[in-house]
Amino acid sequence: MRALFAAIAGLIFGLGLTISEMVNPAKVLAFLDIFSGAWDPSLMFVMGAGVVVYAAGYQIIVRRRETPLVEPHFSIPVAHRIDPPLIGGAVIFGAGWGLVGLCPGPAFSALLLGGTPVLVFMAAVVVGMVGFEWVWTPLRSRANA
Amino acid sequence: MDWSNFTPIAAAGGGVLIGVASLMLLLFNGRTAGVSGIAGGAIRLRLRDLDWRLAFLGGLVIAPLAWGKLRGDMPMVEITGSLGLLIIGGLLVGFGTRLGSGCTSGHGICGMGRISVRSIVAVLTFLFVGVGTATIARIGGLF
Repeated sequence: MRALFAAIAGLIFGLGLTISEMVNPAKVLAFLDIFSGAWDPSLMFVMGAGVVVYAAGYQIIVRRRETPLVEPHFSIPVAHRIDPPLIGGAVIFGAGWGLVGLCPGPAFSALLLGGTPVLVFMAAVVVGMVGFEWVWTPLRSRANA
Repeated sequence: MDWSNFTPIAAAGGGVLIGVASLMLLLFNGRTAGVSGIAGGAIRLRLRDLDWRLAFLGGLVIAPLAWGKLRGDMPMVEITGSLGLLIIGGLLVGFGTRLGSGCTSGHGICGMGRISVRSIVAVLTFLFVGVGTATIARIGGLF
């Protein structure tokens, strides 16, 4: 059941990325490159509309519920500290995003449309994530032990 | 400004769908629709937790193909950078999103939608660095 709803959510999400053209790295770079003289601010409207819809639904529907519909409990992030990993991670991610114009969601949606370049990019994303999960995190916890 | 490529209505329409999809994952599955978090969790390879993650990511992959088939015209994906640039960019995106606990979806839509200060700070940071990097890369002739 939960996989079915996740698949439907993934499909709708991917459709949103497609219609908004966030799957196109050239469109994303035209948005990020604000001083080029040919700035395309369209993608501001993606985040704007997405945040408004999510915020409204969160306040009106989700917050009144004790539990989600097909899982026993909500798994919502509880961290609230602004710490070095948050900032450092956002800086590193922003640099990669600005170089290529792909963030994780659109990279998945472009996976079978962008040929070798997107496959290479995705392989590197996975290596970066594996590095965090299996190298960085164990080293950090050993250093803190 | 590039008015000829300015598509605010399609962008907002896509944004609404992204918001609805993220809300759905929260309402039904109790999960934040952060793509880097969902993918990073899948990489941990815990079988009990793998099904919904792969289902969501599969939906992301298939949606644009289905849309393209219906319309008879596949969505455009234009990449101009070299393979070296793609590898460096991918490593930075993969590691950075996990270290920073989120990306454009998890922090940008869900976190900001919950008015999380952590997410707002993360979004401002990666937007600022993204703009700076894209500007420098263009001037440096990287794409």
